[in-house]
This record gives sequence, structure tokens and C-alpha cells, in this order.
Amino acid sequence: MNTMNPTITSETDMPENTAVPVQEERPAETIIEEGKTVGKPFADDPKFKLRNVEVFYGQDRAIKNISLDIGRNEVISFIGPSGCGKSTFLRCLNRMNDSIDICRVKGQLMIDEHDIYDPKRDVVELRARVGMVFQKPNPFPKSIYDNVAYGPRIHGLANRKSDLDDIVENSLRKAGLWEEAKDRLDATATGMSGGQQQRLCIARAIAVSPEVILMDEPCSALDPIATAKVEELIAEMSESYTIVIVTHSMQQAARVSNRTAYFHLGHLVEVNDTDKVFTSPEHELTESYITGRFG
Amino acid sequence: MTDQRSQAEIVRQSLKRRYRKERRFRAYGMLAIAIALSALVILFADIIGKGYTGFIKTTITLDVHLDGEAMYLDDPTDADQRSMADFNAPIITALGDLIPGVEDRAAQRELSRLVGSYGSSQIRDLLRSQPELLGTTQTVTFLAHDRVSVYVKHADNDNYSVRLSDQQIEWVDYLVERGVIKTAFNDVFFQSGDSREPSNAGILGAIIGSLLTMVVTLLIAFPVGVAAAVYLEEFAPRNKLTDFIEVNINNLAAVPSIIFGLLGLAVFIGLFGMPRSVPVVGGLVLALMTLPTIIISSRAAIKSVPPSIREAAEGIGASKMQVVLHHVVPLAMPGMMTGSIIGMAQALGETAPLLLIGMVAFIVEIPDGFFSSATVLPVQIYLWASSAEQGFIELASAGIMILLTFMISMNALAIWLRKRLERRW
Repeated sequence: MNTMNPTITSETDMPENTAVPVQEERPAETIIEEGKTVGKPFADDPKFKLRNVEVFYGQDRAIKNISLDIGRNEVISFIGPSGCGKSTFLRCLNRMNDSIDICRVKGQLMIDEHDIYDPKRDVVELRARVGMVFQKPNPFPKSIYDNVAYGPRIHGLANRKSDLDDIVENSLRKAGLWEEAKDRLDATATGMSGGQQQRLCIARAIAVSPEVILMDEPCSALDPIATAKVEELIAEMSESYTIVIVTHSMQQAARVSNRTAYFHLGHLVEVNDTDKVFTSPEHELTESYITGRFG
Repeated sequence: MTDQRSQAEIVRQSLKRRYRKERRFRAYGMLAIAIALSALVILFADIIGKGYTGFIKTTITLDVHLDGEAMYLDDPTDADQRSMADFNAPIITALGDLIPGVEDRAAQRELSRLVGSYGSSQIRDLLRSQPELLGTTQTVTFLAHDRVSVYVKHADNDNYSVRLSDQQIEWVDYLVERGVIKTAFNDVFFQSGDSREPSNAGILGAIIGSLLTMVVTLLIAFPVGVAAAVYLEEFAPRNKLTDFIEVNINNLAAVPSIIFGLLGLAVFIGLFGMPRSVPVVGGLVLALMTLPTIIISSRAAIKSVPPSIREAAEGIGASKMQVVLHHVVPLAMPGMMTGSIIGMAQALGETAPLLLIGMVAFIVEIPDGFFSSATVLPVQIYLWASSAEQGFIELASAGIMILLTFMISMNALAIWLRKRLERRW
């Protein structure tokens, strides 16, 4: 583990939006067949059933005809070079793209057989079921307690103070933060270290008892030790939640996920069991990426 | 090798040039600051130098014998008698006792003019409230006449001309020597409204008028401004109409303030029939003037709330409304308040629009409500500065000092609020 961690940090130091230098003789576009994903993108009785998903930013097509199933209580990681659309795709799953005016989503996106993009659907209810943890720890500038209690409060999950206290304690325990935080629940959350803040954000997401947790590069702003803690946490949480994690670190994907999906230029190139993706990738682009020829 | 060395030489040369440039640039900056600061220092020195005497009053303390016969008064409780009585008589007698030998009527009149013109009403008020004092001798402190005051305070100042006769100057010098004429802290200035007599004029009326006006301005401009900013920033769709509104808000901020006065005159007074020169109308006009400032600064404050906080709240399932009310507005509040206070400070110093809605009237009474006639600090200063009496000059400067004190404290409050409530991420 320790030998791998420096790699993680060095990868996250990479500037965003680096162009994708495809050092192939043939350009990537010609290798990828639109809408075709090698490996096993589909599952029986999935949590998410996503078919022919396309996302547009104005005229730009950021996600090109992706179909994928995400199983129940599965940890799936999205990998791929910067700008490949993995974060965009992740944000479709709880409609975080809604706040971007120019963003349009097409295709069929179902959670438990219900349409995510049904206009009648209340996005608030969806997000209570599909929680999210962001790249940069973003606790509210309030106390630790209030951070965790915020979700249950706005959803009316606790009627009494003691119920709320229980939820806060349980969430902090699950996030492995209780021992560190129990004596300073009233301290402001922004005073904690980066790793603690990120675990607080995870606790905040768990507090509303979601079914799914989306993680958008949750460790990219953390040091190796904090990263290890969060990864441990993901492993524990996988028992009770479906977890979708976007990561820049292939080692991380290998460590935490059951399945791995490789994205390239808005296409979903390959999805397979994690060990298979990293030991015997089927697609040549996946192989180039994991062997470090680009990315 | 040689190549490399010459390259290093070139770099060194260019470095020298760069440092020179940087030093010159810094010097320009310091010069600019020096100019700005010296302008400020000159301004303050001038105002304080001219105005500090406004905080000094000149008094004459006399032992007046309240002789009923001399005043043609035998019952001070009788209003008819009071209106006929000569309350000046005891003052003339008292002065005559101090300066014997003034027999001729013209000289007596000159002598009585050492005391301000409100001296007789001071005696009348004294007798009305305490009728039993009739026939006794009382020590009463009068305000000296404005001209005496100017002479006592500014005898050696060329900017003031002495408007006393030689005879009067002699008397005044004598009375100063005897300690009858004294100077003291001008409490009258802080306790009364405007007056025809500089010695009796005070700033309290204008301060109360300004406060009432500012309360109206704040109550209207702050909620409306913040609501407009929140709507425009958070809820309004981005389209041609909102672009148009945005441009016009910025235009509104640049509209000369007198235009707002015209608008107030036409709409509030003309159309709605509101009374002239009252704090409500003044406050409404200033609220309109301050609105764009508040909207613009509030929008900037809302924009500066990091998107990660919005995402965090949205990610948990907070509705748009909850995101705005629980997170964005509280976090933007310090910025909004700072902008509002600065807008209010601007409004406090505004004169032009208020002239148009009649707040320039001569008002002696201290306003007691939002609908009573009032004037405000800058207008009071304007009135005094354009008065003919010399005594008003120092009052205008003293008024400016009061106004500046209010403004500096408001700006200090804004800075303190910003420092105190500012949050870091």
C-alpha cells in the first residue's frame, strides 16, 4: 500500500484538462465504435439501468451513447483520462447537472425502474436516495454536528433532538470520525484537517440514509494517509450502499471496486470486473491507458 | 562556454533594467498615495481649523434684578401681561450696573446688544416657570450676541470682520477682563435645532432628521435590494430580459442623484400627495438612489459564495430555496451588509435630491416623527454655509465635522462587520 500511495498523489497533481495525447498510430475515434462497450456492462436486477445516455453542453456532445448497468451494493469505479466525461456521467445519476443551464441529458436513466429524469420527479427526493461526495471536501462553515444534522433536518428525518443525536453519532461512527469528533461536535468543521473534512462529508451524505453514494474523486485533495482511511471506509460501506466512484488513480480503482468502467472521449469503452480490467483488458485503448501510455 | 557567459550577461543587464522599472513603478505608487493623503490631511486640517470654534460658545453671566416695575409686570402667570412686558429692562439694568455712566438711550441700546437677542425670552421663560422669582435678584448666564461671540473668538483672525462699535469693543474687553464674558463648551449646538441666531443654532434637529431619513432608507432599500439581488442571482433565468435589467441597474447606479430628487418630487409629492420636507419622502428618494448600490454589492457577495457549498447542499437534497436561505444568503450577508452600509453612508451625505423635495426649509423644531418637517445634516451644512451671518461659517464647519464623524463611524462599522463575519473556506 505504501509503495502505491506516492503514485496516487503524483497522479492527482496532474493539471486538469490536459489534452489527451493519444500516442496511437490510429486516432482513438477510429478505434472506438460508438455505443459499443466491451466486457460486461449489464447486470441482472441492477440498481441503475442506463441506456443510450447522451449529455450535451450546448452543442458539445460530452457523453456519447453510453449504456451501463450498476448493480446493487456494488462498488464501481469510473476511470479514464481527464475530460473523458466520467464526472459528467456520474453527475447524471443524481441530476447534479440540472443546475448547469446549457446541459441537456438524453436517453433512459432508471433507478429501481423509476425514471431519474422524469419531469414530475422531485430532484430533492432523488438526492436523498443518491448522495454525493465531492472532489474537494466541502463542509458547511458550521459546527461538525450541524453539518451532519443538516440533511436529516431538512428532510424531517428526526422529530426529537435525541433521534437527531443518534443519527449524527451513527453517521460519524460509520464514517470513522466519531472518536476524533465526539468531544468537539460544536467546533466549526472548517477547522478540521482535509481528510477529516472529507470523512465528515461522507458522514453528512450517509446521515440521510441514501441507497447510493456517488463519489467524484473523493481522495484527490487528500494526503496518502487520509486516502487510505477513506478507502477503508469505502470498503466498509460497500456492504450497505451502492457506491459509484470516479477516480484518477488506477491503484485506487483496483483496491476499492468490484467493477471498473473505462471512459474515453465521452465513450464507455470497457466495463469489466476490476481484476480483469487491470490484468487482461479487452480493448486496446484500455490497455494503453492502464499501462500508462497516455492519460 | 563563451556563449553561455554572454547570455548570463544579457540576463543580468535585463535584470537591472527590470529592477529599475520596478523601483520607478513603486515610486509612482507612493507618490499617488502621498497626493491622496495630503489632500485628505489638508481637508481635515482646514475643516477642523475653521470649525472647532463652533464647539465654543460665548456667555455673559449677569446678576439680574427681576424688578416687576421696570418690566411692567406684576403677575408672571398672566399671559397677556407677559406679552406686553419688557423683559429686556433687567438685562440693561444689570449691564448698566457693571458699566456705569451709560445714560443716553442709543448707548443703552448698544449696551443691551451685547446679550444675544434671545436674552429677554430667557428671562420670560424663567419667570413663567418660576413666578415666585419676581422681585428677586438671580444670576443668569446668557448667550452673548453673535457679534460679540465672533469678536471674542476671532479678534485676531483676518477672515472675520468685527461688527461692533468701538464703544462696544471697549465694553467687551472690560467684561472679558472681569470674567463676565466667558467662553465654554457649546452645549447649545448639540441640544437645539436651527436658529436665526448663530449662537442659538444647533445641529440636533438635523441629526434627528438624518436618522429618521436613514431609517426609512434602510427599511426600504435593504430588503428590496437584497431580494432583488437574490432573485437575479439565484432564480432569474439568463435571457435578454434579465440582461436588460442588469444593464439598467448598473445605469441606475450612475444616474446623478438630483434626478432622483426630481423623481421624488414628481411621484411621491406630486402624484401621491405626500407632504414636503418630511423624512419619509427623503428616505424614499434616498432608498431609490441607494438601491442599485445595494443590489450590485449584494450580487457580488452572492457570487463570491463558493459553488462547492451550493453543491454540498444540493447533493444532500436541499431544495433551491433551502440552498439559498440556509447557505448562500447567510454566507453572503457580511458582504451585503458592508455594501448596504457604504450605500447608506453615501445617502447620508446626499444633498441635491433632498433640496428638490423641500428638505431645505428653515426648520427650528426638532423633528419628532417620520411625518414632521425636518432637515438633514448635509442640507443644514449647506444652509449655514450660504448664510450671511459670520457666526454660521464656523457652524457649517462644525456640522461637517459631525457629518464626517457619522460617515467614518459607519465605514468603520462596515469594516468591522466584514472582518468579524467573514468566513474562510
